[in-house]
Amino acid sequence: MFKHIIRPIINQRFISTTNKLWKPAALSTEYLTTAGSTQAVMPKGFRQPKPKTWEDDHESALSKATKYFFLSEIARGMYICLEMFFRSPYTIYYPFEKGPVSPRFRGEHALRRYPSGEERCIACKLCEAICPAQAITIEAEERADGSRRTYKYDIDMTKCIYCGYCQESCPVDAIVESPNVEYSTATREELLYNKEKLLDNGDKWEQELQYCIDADAPYR
Amino acid sequence: MLRAHSHRIRISPIINKLFTRCYATSLPETSKDIHQPNLNPLGRKPTKESSHGNIFQPSTFTEILDVTNMNWDRSDAPEKVEKQNTKVRHFTINFGPQHPAAHGVLRLILELHGEEIVRSDPHVGLLHRGTEKLIETKTYIQALPYFDRLDYVSMMTNEQVFALAVEKLLNVEVPIRAKYIRTLFGEITRILNHCMSVLTHIMDVGGLTPFLWGFEEREKLMEFYERVSGARLHSAYVRPGGVAQDLPAGLLDDIYMWATQFGDRIDEVEELCTDNRIWKERTIGVGFVSAEDALNYSLSGVMLRGSGVPFDVRKSQPYDAYDLVDFDVAVGLYGDCYDRYLIRMAEFRQSLRIIFQCINDMPQGPVKVEDFKISPPSRALMKEDMEALIHHFLLFTKGYSVPPGETYTAIEAPKGEMGVYVVSDGSERPYRCKIRAPGFAHLGAFDHISRGNLLADAVAIIGTMDLVFGEVDR
Repeated sequence: MFKHIIRPIINQRFISTTNKLWKPAALSTEYLTTAGSTQAVMPKGFRQPKPKTWEDDHESALSKATKYFFLSEIARGMYICLEMFFRSPYTIYYPFEKGPVSPRFRGEHALRRYPSGEERCIACKLCEAICPAQAITIEAEERADGSRRTYKYDIDMTKCIYCGYCQESCPVDAIVESPNVEYSTATREELLYNKEKLLDNGDKWEQELQYCIDADAPYR
Repeated sequence: MLRAHSHRIRISPIINKLFTRCYATSLPETSKDIHQPNLNPLGRKPTKESSHGNIFQPSTFTEILDVTNMNWDRSDAPEKVEKQNTKVRHFTINFGPQHPAAHGVLRLILELHGEEIVRSDPHVGLLHRGTEKLIETKTYIQALPYFDRLDYVSMMTNEQVFALAVEKLLNVEVPIRAKYIRTLFGEITRILNHCMSVLTHIMDVGGLTPFLWGFEEREKLMEFYERVSGARLHSAYVRPGGVAQDLPAGLLDDIYMWATQFGDRIDEVEELCTDNRIWKERTIGVGFVSAEDALNYSLSGVMLRGSGVPFDVRKSQPYDAYDLVDFDVAVGLYGDCYDRYLIRMAEFRQSLRIIFQCINDMPQGPVKVEDFKISPPSRALMKEDMEALIHHFLLFTKGYSVPPGETYTAIEAPKGEMGVYVVSDGSERPYRCKIRAPGFAHLGAFDHISRGNLLADAVAIIGTMDLVFGEVDR
């Protein structure tokens, strides 16, 4: 009966069936010398084995000499290298082939729009607040139709540390990090993104962005 | 300027020593002011005496020099001048910061007698970014990505130590699944780090080949990083209160597939290197640290276990799920570079063992504390529930306040004991955040370890210390 109850718990592994290898060795009297831990001491009776001398390894002089003069270990190592030579390469021809990218990848930033074409960002400034590198600058005002929108949304991509906090914080999925990593520029100024550039990115990458968000939605 | 005076006013030996230390790149000061025979040019006791209490017997060239009092200063006393003309002077070279074996931006001032290192003076701080001070102005959530950038080859363990410290202050218990995920990725990180450290160590002393094999494995592991967190390197995944997101479906299968083949990759490296006579020549007996010295210099991790001290924070103060998995701690016998290499190879296998156990034991359940004061609510909830939205806004603007208190929390990072000392004054930002980086303590012992070794061994010693300057300079 008892087993009947306990077995499913063990199978679910809510508790481990493995034991600690080293039991707490400190006595209560030793408690103060171990910085409060009952375990930060060596196991009782721990002793290193005596270092081996040449007599202790029972290899014959002939065997040793053979290995020494025939460079046996070098030859074995070289065989491994030879084996590697015939394996298929792991490298890819980068600009033509590209590695897989997960939906969570955090690359270049983009500002998304609703399907209607209206921009998503409502200037709540959560991303500006959370950004650890203070790379985002937002200024907002009321638009002619009365809705609150940004008139300035700048990201300094040279400051950005790509932690992904902005997309995590965004309540309307407006600012996202796209899977794009190929946006290197020749000058520094080109990396100071403004709202137009970010919205352009969003338009260009919308399909991929939507795919990534859908793929990752169950985990977010 | 002080040295220019031919007859200097006698100053007390302690102050004299101070000056000697200040002029780090200059020639060693004479020990004549200190009327004790067994002092080396720095005015210190020779280390050989301290370890056994025996009378000092000069053995290396340097020590013979000290005994014969062939020191120099600018004194023009005739007997001094005569001696000065007949002796070989030490040669000071500047190792790094652009040396390929300097592992980043280490600058070493090495004082050489021929090829033998008489003294070495590591100069650090070239990569100093003021992380500790920056963290004081960040909320606890914002401080987390800074930890990735400390030891940039073992990112998740850095996050883990900060997360554990903040959890201790908050007094929260993370869900069991989060603990297993952290342990799993902690061990993946250990393999990532050891791939880097062992194989660059081998590369530094001349074996380029296994380094390239190791980078293939690192690439695969960083793909796992990318799948779980979205970044290959600076993951910002382990958060106070759990982990950022659950594992994506299929990731554990792929980690399992990878882990089944990784044992062979270790075997290949071992086959090429472990018995290789060149590798053995370069590492056996090099960079010897006695257990006593290792403890006195506060070495930790492999540097400590290499000397025979079986200390591992994962065993002594288990964190996360380390008390739920079985693994052994490899301990060295001789305390030289070769022993530490063997320990790292053994740790590969132990990490693999832990990874298998984590995959098999991975429980179901939440991956972060379900307290919206600490961890943000899920997006679905945030978009439906007003209260969740308020929590979301509060967390991402104000952060969460941590009860006043202080904690020193340490974990067994791949390099050694990585600790963080956080003082909270009850606000949303830490009052103080001191980071104890293992590499910094290791580098502090560099002078002691490298003395008497040859110049070429300095490279092997740097390699075995596993220095990464993100964490040393902070």
